[in-house]
Formats: sequence, structure tokens, C-alpha cells
Amino acid sequence: MLETKKIESHLNPAGSFDLADHPVPTGREEIWRFTPLKRLRGLHAEAEFGAPTSTTDWNTPSGVRVEVVEGDEARALRGVSGLVPNTRFAARVLAEVPSTLLVDVPAEAEVAEPIHVTVQGQDAGAAEAAHVVLRFGAHSRAVVVLDHTGHASLAQVVEVVVGDGSQVSVVSLQDWSDDAVHLTHHEASVGRDATYKHVGISFGGDVVRMDSNVHYAGPGGSAELLGLYFADEGQHIEHRLFADHNEPRTKSNVVYKGALQGQGAHTVWVGNVLIRQVAEGIETYEENRNLVLTDGCQADSVPNLEIETGEIEGAGHASATGRFDDEQLFYLRARGIAEAEARRLVVHGFFNDLIRKIGVPSLEEKLMATVEDELSKNVLKDVTEVGA
Amino acid sequence: MSTLQITDLHVSVDTEDGPKQILKGVTLTIDDGETHAIMGPNGSGKSTLAYSIAGHPKYTVTGGSVTLDGEDVLAMSVDERARAGLFLAMQYPVEVPGVSVSNFLRTAKTAIDGEAPKLRHWVKDVNKALQDLNLDPSFGTRSVNEGFSGGEKKRHEIAQLELLDPKVAILDETDSGLDIDALKVVSAGVNRFRAKEGKGVLLITHYTRILRYITPDRVHVFVDGKIADQGGPELADALEAEGYDKYLTKV
Ligand SMILES: Nc1ncnc2c1ncn2[C@@H]1O[C@H](COP(=O)(O)OP(=O)(O)OP(=O)(O)O)[C@@H](O)[C@H]1O
Ligand SMILES: [Mg+2]
Repeated sequence: MLETKKIESHLNPAGSFDLADHPVPTGREEIWRFTPLKRLRGLHAEAEFGAPTSTTDWNTPSGVRVEVVEGDEARALRGVSGLVPNTRFAARVLAEVPSTLLVDVPAEAEVAEPIHVTVQGQDAGAAEAAHVVLRFGAHSRAVVVLDHTGHASLAQVVEVVVGDGSQVSVVSLQDWSDDAVHLTHHEASVGRDATYKHVGISFGGDVVRMDSNVHYAGPGGSAELLGLYFADEGQHIEHRLFADHNEPRTKSNVVYKGALQGQGAHTVWVGNVLIRQVAEGIETYEENRNLVLTDGCQADSVPNLEIETGEIEGAGHASATGRFDDEQLFYLRARGIAEAEARRLVVHGFFNDLIRKIGVPSLEEKLMATVEDELSKNVLKDVTEVGA
Repeated sequence: MSTLQITDLHVSVDTEDGPKQILKGVTLTIDDGETHAIMGPNGSGKSTLAYSIAGHPKYTVTGGSVTLDGEDVLAMSVDERARAGLFLAMQYPVEVPGVSVSNFLRTAKTAIDGEAPKLRHWVKDVNKALQDLNLDPSFGTRSVNEGFSGGEKKRHEIAQLELLDPKVAILDETDSGLDIDALKVVSAGVNRFRAKEGKGVLLITHYTRILRYITPDRVHVFVDGKIADQGGPELADALEAEGYDKYLTKV
């Protein structure tokens, strides 16, 4: 029992709203050991959060409330997902933000059109904190896209309340400029028999770290945590997932795929799954695949599965990091396809299945185009150099 | 016109204990319109010959030459060889996840012809090629070879042969793992290809079974990286009756 508790805290350090319980991380902590703290502009420590300089816009499909709320209403929303901060930056965000962007989807609403929130950063020199709450009523259906671009130093907490029986997708796109730093904690509470899909997509930014956590507010909930990232020269992109199976018959399915290119490109994927004693009959699977496109990149991939009960339906994980598959390239080239084109096909193929799983058609084309842009930076350039 | 000329070909692979010689001087010419069968026991180097001609990076040519209509094949990159008119139907076709068969076929056809095929004809051609090989049109939307059965992979290779229409096709054990119906379908595809003007075929096989449907002009017996014997179609019958033993004991 003692040992179990220790491991539990290793996966998910005990939370607290009290800032005094969160010393400034040194980098030796398990949850910070991969993150380049020096490049965070103090977001993890004491950076002063100024008035927001980024601009936030959204559409408001009928029946949905999207609004910046303040005062008592905002205060009541802090921790609404059941989040008790386990990092200093999350605790600071909840303690300090004066307002909250609230997306409120009423019970039984079926929102056909995605609710698209764009955050356009204006100034990477100004540290900023943001709290976002996405609340989906029982049996509702909706898709929310959070789209981050521009220049920013942003500490952010996104809380998601997935009502009983609802079907919800949340996509968070980090397509920042090269100078952006973004620390974000997404916490979802998945209701009884609800279906939650969370997609983390990171392309741009100097440092992007997303913690995407899920716990369950009742039995029978299902969470699919998908992700796609592409790190270029010098970029640090870190995705941490935590599926806390605290209710019986819950499901989690994690699939993250990443590609790396250029000197110093660094990606981190940490997939934590905790199956608590009460969580009988659960199913969990997690997978991370990385495609290393050039020399000088590093992909860290760490699956952690902690099991406190024997009554599991299924639990598994897979992690693989590799270069281009020579056999795939040979097969395509043996059909006359030139090397650059063959590489393009393989990378597209690598991401294709995942992009299709996102299930937001308006995003798919954009993502394929972004992958294409990323490829033209390096993979194709490299090939022409070799060919010349 | 298409002539594939292999002269004194020596090939090695890198192993943990240094390079290992696998082909030890192979000489073979496939003249315009000819079909040659290569038969030989497991591990004799048949796939090595096929892959070396196609330019697989695993194999190092240490001597000899390969020319297609006088052009130096060994100086070409893998994709240049394909565009020059060589086609290799692989013993173990490779899965390419996330790349659809139709996208793959269109990209290959465009590369080989140097221009995109006319869309209307192309869709028809692809559907016909798949149907001729007893593959449902729905294969077009599936990832290349992913989740295909062994037989489906082989039939997909021959569908590609017909669509890409090379000068010379090398078929590496395309018959293995096929039931009798699939064998007939695959043989019919190869025979349609052979019926066209000047097409060369190098048919690598373990068994004489496929030679009942595809009659070769020449048969070569391959043992320990070399051609140990050659003759007409009757040599295949002798091999069927006697096996490779008499060649193996000689080694
Ligand atoms: N990387 C390697 N290291 C050591 N030996 C190798 C390596 N690759 C191939 N070989 C050897 O080369 C020889 C020829 O292999 P090849 O695949 O060409 O035979 P094959 O005639 O096609 O056999 P099969 O009928 O089984 O298809 C075999 O003995 C094989 O073990
Ligand atoms: Mg072989």
C-alpha cells in the first residue's frame, strides 16, 4: 500500500491551490526533468503576469455561450474540472487570473459547427496567464478548437467538464511563432458514459509543454487523447498525458505521433496511466511514435503504466522512435518515385491516419498543409542537397 | 526493344562479421520478348539477384555489370532504374501505412511517364487492373499492402506491373503462397504483360507449378550464387522429378 502511494504521487504529485505548497521547480523533479527551465522566461517561477496582450476571438454558434467572465463567476470556475494544481504555474494561473474565458454548452445541445477560439499572441516579451473553461452539459455534442498563433509567453490552464453522456472533442493547436513559450495544463473530468476526445497539436514555438490530464466523474466514460507534433531546429515540444482511471469500466486510448528535424529539435512524450483499485474492467492503450528525419534531434518517449487492480479488461502500450524506414523508401522508389517524393509520401502516411481520427474536417486540410510546410523546410531540402 | 544483360555479377552483403559474398559471377541475358525462369533452393541468392538489379541499398555490387538496352543500370539510382523500365515484383511487398493504393499508383505512374495520367482513363485503368487481379476496387482506398493477405500482396504487385508497364519485369517468387485460383489469376496477368511487344520477364520461383501457366524460353538453375545449369522448359520438368540434389552435391 505504501509503495503504491509512492508511485501514485510519482505519476501525479499531490495537488494544492496554495502557492506555498509549490516551490519553484529546479529541474530535478520527475515532472520537470525534461523541460528546459531556463527558456521558460520564468513562467514556471516568478514571472509577473501582466494584462493580456494577446487577442482572443471566437464564433458563437446559436445556443452556446462564449464569454469572458470575471468576479465571483470567474472565481467559481477555478478548479471546476476537479483540478487541484500539481504545478506551480497552474496554481499561479488559478490564483492570479482576473477573468476566465468560458465556453458553456448547455445540456442536450447539439452544436454542429466547431466553436473556434483563436488566441493571437502579440508580444513574446510579456508574460501572460490565461484560464479557459469548456463546460459541456449532459448529453450535449460539441467540438471546440483552441488555435494559438503569434508571439507569446503564456501560462495557461484549460479545464474541461465533460457532462454525463456527452460527446465532446477539444482540439488545441499550438502553431506559434518561433519565439513563443507556452506552458499549458488541460484537465478534463469525463462524466458517466461520456465520450471525450482531446487532440494536442504542436508545430510552432520555442518551448511548448502541454499536460493533458483526464479523470472520470463516473463509470463508463471514454477518453481518446490524440496528438501530433513536429519539432524543428532548436524547438522543445513536450506532451505529457495522464489518464487517471478512478472509476470502473472507463476507457483511455492515447495515440501521439511526432516528427523531428534539425539540430537541437527535442520532443518529449510522457504517457502516464494509473489504474486505481476501484477501476475494475477498464481498458487502456497508449502509443507514441516518432519519426526522426535528420541528425541532431532527440525524441524522449516514456510510457508509464501503474496498476492497482487485477480486474482489467485490457492494458497495453507501444513506443517507437526511428528514422525513415529504408524498406518503405525502397519500395516506393522501385516504382519510379523519386526520393524526395517518396519521403514526402511516407511522412504524410505517418500522420495521415492520425489526422483522419481527429474528426474535424475543416482542420484536416489545414494540418496536411502544415505538415507539407514543415517538410519543405528540411526533408526535401536535404534531398536536393544530396542529389546536387 | 528491351534487353537486360547481366554480366559476371558479384554481390555481397554487410554482416556483423564483415562483407559476405552472395552472388559469385552471374551471367544472363534476357533478349527482346523473352521469359527466363530462375529456379534454385532456399538461400541460393535468387532474391539477392533481383534486389541487386533493382538497386536495394543493402546489397553491394563488387563486380560485373547490368545493362538495360545498353544503359548502365548499376550507375542509376533506384527510382531511375524503375523509370528506365525495370520492375521488381517483390517476394515480400512492403507495407506503407497511411499511403493509399490509389495515391501510390498515381504517383508512381506520374513518375514513370513523366506526366500525370489523364484522370478519366486512369480511374478506369486502375479499377480494371485491380479487377483483373481479383482485387475489389475498395483496395484503392486502403494503405499500401497494409493488412493485405499474402496472396493479395502478390496480386497487388501484378496489378502494378500491368499499370506501370515496364520493359522488363523481375518477379521474385510471385507464385509462392498463392492458392491455385490466385496462381491462375496472377499467371494470366503476367501473360497479358508478356503478350505485349518486346517485354522481358525474369521469373524467380521455387516450384515448377507456375511454369505450367507461364512457359519460359529459358530455365536457369541457381545454386550458391551462380547459375549451375541452364536449358529449355524441359529442364524445369527434370527439376520437378529430381530436385536440386544433384547440383547441391556438386558444390
Ligand atoms: N544481412 C545478411 N547477413 C548474412 N547473410 C545474409 C544477409 N542477407 C542475406 N544473407 C544470405 O544471403 C543468402 C541469399 O539470400 P537470398 O534471399 O538471396 O536467397 P533466395 O535464393 O532468395 O532464398 P529463398 O528461396 O528463401 O527466397 C542467404 O544465405 C542469406 O542467408
Ligand atoms: Mg528469395
